Amino acid sequence: MTETLHKTPLHALHVELGGKMVPFAGYDMPVQYPLGIMGEHKHCREQAGLFDVSHMGQARYVGDEAALEALLTCDLSEIGAGEQKYTLLPNERGGIRDDLMVSRPDGNGIYLVVNAATKDADFAHIEAATAGKGILTRIPERALLALQGPAAKDVMARLCPQACKMVFMQCGVFTLDGVDVMMSRSGYTGEDGFEISIPEADADRIARLLLAQDEVAAIGLGARDSLRLEAGLCLYGHDMDENRTAVEASLIWALAKSRRERGDFPGADVVAKQIEDKTCQKRVGLTLTGAPAREGAEIADKSGNIIGIVTSGGFGPTVNGPVAMGYVDRDFMAPGTEVDILVRGKPRAATITKLPFVPANFYRG
Amino acid sequence: MTTRYTEDHEWITVDGDIATVGITGYAAGQLGDVVFVELPEVGKTLSKGDEFAVVESVKAASEVYAPVDGEITAINDALEGEPAKVNEDATGEGWFVKIKLADAAQLDGLMDEAAYSAHTA
Repeated sequence: MTETLHKTPLHALHVELGGKMVPFAGYDMPVQYPLGIMGEHKHCREQAGLFDVSHMGQARYVGDEAALEALLTCDLSEIGAGEQKYTLLPNERGGIRDDLMVSRPDGNGIYLVVNAATKDADFAHIEAATAGKGILTRIPERALLALQGPAAKDVMARLCPQACKMVFMQCGVFTLDGVDVMMSRSGYTGEDGFEISIPEADADRIARLLLAQDEVAAIGLGARDSLRLEAGLCLYGHDMDENRTAVEASLIWALAKSRRERGDFPGADVVAKQIEDKTCQKRVGLTLTGAPAREGAEIADKSGNIIGIVTSGGFGPTVNGPVAMGYVDRDFMAPGTEVDILVRGKPRAATITKLPFVPANFYRG
Repeated sequence: MTTRYTEDHEWITVDGDIATVGITGYAAGQLGDVVFVELPEVGKTLSKGDEFAVVESVKAASEVYAPVDGEITAINDALEGEPAKVNEDATGEGWFVKIKLADAAQLDGLMDEAAYSAHTA
């Protein structure tokens, strides 16, 4: 059976730039351009990279905010105008249906950005749970671009200086090349940068304008993955899923204090017990030398007992060595703990390493 | 010296009864930046089609298969420190192993340069 892949508004541009197109979450997306994953990764860390993330799910929610908040782990009253938060959509067992961004870029309710692979299920879940209380409107007619890297601010200072007043996790509506865009100062690389929601009719022109800036190169999904891995950020469906809680995923920080106190998000009882018991596995970072450890590789203690599993792994171009994330038993979670990762059956010495592997470079004002 | 190619993008150059094996420049280009090569031990006996090495790029691990039967007589230790040689000089300094041929007639079943060029066109 042949699946018809969706195309983002920038599909023709990716092909024109020589992007190697692959299926990803139902979309035909560039995994890399002629510069290559290594070159794209380093370019983004050193200058600025432009990512097409239009496959992600954008939506707006207007109505009874308590009904939406009940599904999430954040406190919507803590998100003021022009602010954004990272939050989770848990299931009744405390497992994670998705991770997402919620924000108030304008006066019109809550703007949500969810993962591509989960967007249909997320939106159906939110619609069903908030029926009669609020309206969720999907925004498929907008492209989403991310401009990331230390020079992103210099590019924005030329094209949209007002946006440079934002600090990390702020958002708003700005005029970029004559078009009203929603923009936030955030991203998925560990670098300073901007995420820009653009009407699809203007997306190609604005992407070309951004790429025409000296600092900017197009970056594919391959380097997006290596950048986020070095930044210690989870990839949904790999480092987190319906069977891992926020406690296991080392994302307790994404549970608002008020929500934990009230215990009123799905699975809050499971999460509270795990926090108290301190027995569940935890997501950690791992570094090793030689062969990269990939997803699915088992983690063993020095006696050969299996104590965990790698959920993301590869070569970190900025670290200049293999890096991985995975889940390990509690006794092995402390940074500096020596373990083995079984790469093609052979034990390879690895060290539990504090995340992120590369220091975050966010602009906090 | 004769060079032959496999459909899986290995090259094999024969000098007497010793063959040098690696992956083609085309394959290296498709994989992207090579960051690690896992090589077998000297003395290992291979049958045609055996997985004998693994090439790791930033994104993925790819297996390399023996083009012929034989015994490993040498491995390219230099790749441990400089895996990028596979990208820079795939059919030269980026060689993987040397194999003592068990059956030279197996080479006849592999592609010559013209056939391989057509295969990758």
